[in-house]
Amino acid sequence: MKDASVPCLPRGVRLHYDKVRQTHVLLGPERALILDDISHVILSELDGTRSVGAICATLAERYAAPVEQITTDTLALLTDLAHKRLLDHV
Amino acid sequence: MSRPQPPIAMLAELTHVCPLACPYCSNPMELTKKSDELDTATWARVFAQAADLGVLQLHLSGGEPAARRDLVELVKAARDAGLYTNLITSGVGLTEAKLTALDAAGLDHVQLSVQGITAALADRIGGYKGGFERKMHVAERIAEIGFPLTLNAVMHRHNLDDLPATIALAQRLGARRIEVACVQFHGWAEANRGQLQPTADQVHAAKATVEAERERLKGALVIDFVAPDWFSDFPKACMGGWGSTGLNITPAGDVLPCHAAESIPSLEFANITQASLSDIWYDDAAFNAFRGTDWMPPLCQSCDRRDIDFGGCRCQAMAIAGDAKATDPICRKSPDRAKVDALLNVAPSEAPFVYRGRV
Ligand code: SF4
Ligand code: SF4
Repeated sequence: MKDASVPCLPRGVRLHYDKVRQTHVLLGPERALILDDISHVILSELDGTRSVGAICATLAERYAAPVEQITTDTLALLTDLAHKRLLDHV
Repeated sequence: MSRPQPPIAMLAELTHVCPLACPYCSNPMELTKKSDELDTATWARVFAQAADLGVLQLHLSGGEPAARRDLVELVKAARDAGLYTNLITSGVGLTEAKLTALDAAGLDHVQLSVQGITAALADRIGGYKGGFERKMHVAERIAEIGFPLTLNAVMHRHNLDDLPATIALAQRLGARRIEVACVQFHGWAEANRGQLQPTADQVHAAKATVEAERERLKGALVIDFVAPDWFSDFPKACMGGWGSTGLNITPAGDVLPCHAAESIPSLEFANITQASLSDIWYDDAAFNAFRGTDWMPPLCQSCDRRDIDFGGCRCQAMAIAGDAKATDPICRKSPDRAKVDALLNVAPSEAPFVYRGRV
């Protein structure tokens, strides 16, 4: 996973709002991951067209946060999900 | 005891009807007749109640769920309720038309079982000639539609050495995940222990294979492997503890804390046509029977692994120690460990399989 990678959630992996636990979750095969606010914001941006770099730039501007920090968090999250095959990227 | 958390997963056993006759069938000894199965509307109501209760994942299983004529309607009802829907199937009976309709109904994921990597072995295990070939066709169609696929491999003495080839098959079929499980000898499988029980060497080799393949296939294939605990010093944890993460519904609507719970004669189960899922989850006696730590024998109560393995598997304690409240006999501290070792010493048998009878 690099700045230039274009990530997306593959078929069978989707975001879901869990109204009982009042939290966002990521649902996939045999998996239900509870998402914190940051992870949910990042995953909501994935559209299969924009790169990691472009997404991080958008988020840095929206939250007035340093882009390096956001890029580190984003790459860590996406790499972990890719290892679990919950995320595809080209 | 504090109030339990809501469940995450529900296994709906839609039917006990199945075209296969595997000698390790995990369905109960007493099968439900087709005429006693819950109808479409009742299942739809159960799915809605499950979602309201907090269930996120629904596993549609059997028997063979494709034997239900209303399978597509049931998937649609589950998706409408907001559940992630997973179909656990042997593939036999899943026609092309049915797969296309399941796609339109919103099915999220397919779990396809394989009995072996060659037609000769797979069909001998499943007791169904031509089953393997049908399954391979179904797998192709699944890939064309684009359903995410998990391969389910149940392993035993006759196929555990094929584990690397089974993992390769999963990749060839485009699976994202493979679930490798060893036969559990509760219920029907007990009659085939000598025929199926793998050797200690096979189990150790399988563990090493999984470790190496996980590293090699990182990001390409997820390998979930539940190694049997027979050769371990301590038992496996029962999924976060009894009645803590999931529940099971039988074809006739009995609500169980675990798929093998009917093997415990002291438990009685509520039926979904008589009570709500929420009342059953929080208040039913069978669900509360082994929650928390109060039920435990002193050996487990005073043990530092109490909150790690929760005293192990209740069904294994029942099956081997003859008491569902006993320390799991796998445990080295258990007075019944010798019974496990005696079973592990059962001589490998070349006798024919005792196939599962049909409903
Ligand atoms: S004594 Fe009980 S709690 Fe301790 S390791 Fe054995 S089974 Fe687990
Ligand atoms: S009691 Fe045993 S068979 Fe049942 S879910 Fe727990 S570990 Fe599995």
